[in-house]
Amino acid sequence: MLRMFKKILATGVVTEQLTIPKDDELEQLGIHIKRYIDKKFSGSIAIRAVDAGSCNGCELEIHALNNPFYDIERFGIHFVASPRHADVLLVTGPVSRHMQTALLRTYEATPNPKWVIAVGDCAACGGEFGVSYASCGAVSNVIPVDAVIPGCPPTPLMLMQGLLGLMGVKK
Amino acid sequence: MSHSNWTANFLIQVSTNMTVTHIDIASVTLWQIESYAWQRFAELAVQQNLRWAAGWAEQIDKQFFINACFEKHGEYVLLRTIIDDSNPKLPSQATVYPAANRSERHTQDLFGIKFIGHPDSRRWTRHQAWIEKNYPLRKDFPLQGTPVGITPPDRDYPFIKAHGQGVYEIPVGPVHAGIIEPGHFRFQAVGELILNLEERLGYTHKGIEKIAEGREPESLARLAGRVSGDTTVGHCWAACMAMEQAAGIEIPARAALIRGILAERERVANHLGDIGAICNDVAFVFAQMQLTRLRELWLRTNATVFGHRLLMDTIVPGGVACDLSSASCALIKNDIAELRMELAEVILVLDLNSSLEDRLYTAGFLSEEIAAAFGTLGYVGRASGQDFDLRRDAPYAPYNRVTVKVALETQGDIASRFWVRYKEIRTALRLIENFIDQLAAGDLRGQWKTPLAGSEGLGIVEGWRGEIISYIRFDADNKIARFYPRDPSQLNWPALEKLVLNNIVPDFPVCNKSLNGSYSGNDL
Repeated sequence: MLRMFKKILATGVVTEQLTIPKDDELEQLGIHIKRYIDKKFSGSIAIRAVDAGSCNGCELEIHALNNPFYDIERFGIHFVASPRHADVLLVTGPVSRHMQTALLRTYEATPNPKWVIAVGDCAACGGEFGVSYASCGAVSNVIPVDAVIPGCPPTPLMLMQGLLGLMGVKK
Repeated sequence: MSHSNWTANFLIQVSTNMTVTHIDIASVTLWQIESYAWQRFAELAVQQNLRWAAGWAEQIDKQFFINACFEKHGEYVLLRTIIDDSNPKLPSQATVYPAANRSERHTQDLFGIKFIGHPDSRRWTRHQAWIEKNYPLRKDFPLQGTPVGITPPDRDYPFIKAHGQGVYEIPVGPVHAGIIEPGHFRFQAVGELILNLEERLGYTHKGIEKIAEGREPESLARLAGRVSGDTTVGHCWAACMAMEQAAGIEIPARAALIRGILAERERVANHLGDIGAICNDVAFVFAQMQLTRLRELWLRTNATVFGHRLLMDTIVPGGVACDLSSASCALIKNDIAELRMELAEVILVLDLNSSLEDRLYTAGFLSEEIAAAFGTLGYVGRASGQDFDLRRDAPYAPYNRVTVKVALETQGDIASRFWVRYKEIRTALRLIENFIDQLAAGDLRGQWKTPLAGSEGLGIVEGWRGEIISYIRFDADNKIARFYPRDPSQLNWPALEKLVLNNIVPDFPVCNKSLNGSYSGNDL
């Protein structure tokens, strides 16, 4: 037990400062925000991540948002287990046809007002997989999308800046 | 391990039972038999303890080529039979090898080939995206298919039911509570005890095999790197190896060493993440925080040195797309020294923690017999006594230049899988140092040669989850005719259905994480 406390103390706080990106910086990042999330959500949003058919690359980087370096919860952004608790759906992957109904139902289960962020190149435009007998391609082909965070996969920093930008966090 | 030449003796034995034509292709021993003997071959093979490793089909003109890949002592045999496309059927090997079960169902769904006597001929990869009696991998099936409106859910899949007082069913997924891939699990339980688990995968089926057709090598490598995002190096390497065999080219020594470094870096990153996640699933957050921190540092070095955190697109046909400067080598070595020190501290804490011991030991037990029957691979197999690692048993460049110590445990529980992973990290760190020491100046990429139409290659590498088999056939003009990647998950997933039995439902997440199958790599 003492070893554990010693390691925790020795590790200290590794969480990094993050500058909130300005609009033009977001543009440079390639993050196209269609509209800002309503002010009343500023400071706290609940996210439901939905893998609609991705290769798992985006999931790994979304996971990283919870590691001690990024610690996204300090910004009031947390991941929830049910769409019924969510404000935002973070959708990855080209939407496989086998996931189409599941994604639609998840969208319907999310209470209004809600926002959908398409994460990764596949979710943005179909990526390497495109549209086929097995894939619907971009998320926007299936449900309305409010913002896109491109990348293959987007880095945690890009994800974080995209989310904060969407929340309209002012520093 | 003894490398007795079992193929010669086995060929003699098989030849007394059926006609075997030995065909020379560059990369592998290929035996062609008549389709009626397909199952008989499997019976003879299982008697000789051959492992069933992969199976796939291919349509060429009016014929189907059916392939199955077997392995023993690191030596591979590719078995092939050719059948007419008018009424395609042949005896099932799944009756002999449980490992062949889902693979044959995949072939049945995508090609419409019937495996006679298959113990479970329900659809597997097909849900409702295309209708019955349509077969996407047949040449006359259009890439776009014929989708009509919204694809309905696969409501009527006939799951196995349990009956009796107090037995109830828990459906889970495809959308899971965590940030993970989609799949469906159907539990039959009494109280908290799991009586039966049935997996229903296929939700992430993206038509990878179909969209691979007609690609050029570079583009195919990019696609292979996205078969399973956590195994981008492994799949990309296997596919490139297959293409290079088909083209008859050797990659430069420096490129091979860099590929080795990339693959070992991928192994370390995934094992770090998984060890933390296993502990997190039994509510020991200290481990999760420490190990995700170490993983993040590791990925940042990937980004600095190779330009991509997950190392995507670093391997290209003919070599690698990135070089290592001496400064980068020094940075990597320095990182390794630090990681070793930190891991030693953290792992000691985990080892001495009684609550972890309580949750991880004896839970999720997979016996050696079941692991062998399903051909379980990688750390899952090696935690259940399956002493196989390509890097030692069938070493390819650059592993032919080093000695690989293979981690092995025989307890078969979650703790064993945990410790195998830890030992594999340690081995991987040594290998990276070793490869760096051997780096000599040289080219990064060999000259590509357009392969002849019909050329084949079979790339087999030890990915972080275990053996990856990648089959490639070229068409004319440098175009891909057939790509089939067999992720180790395909053989490991069925083991999960067995190892959760008699565990409690709340232990399912940790059981699942200890195996960590890829959904995307399985569904294709």
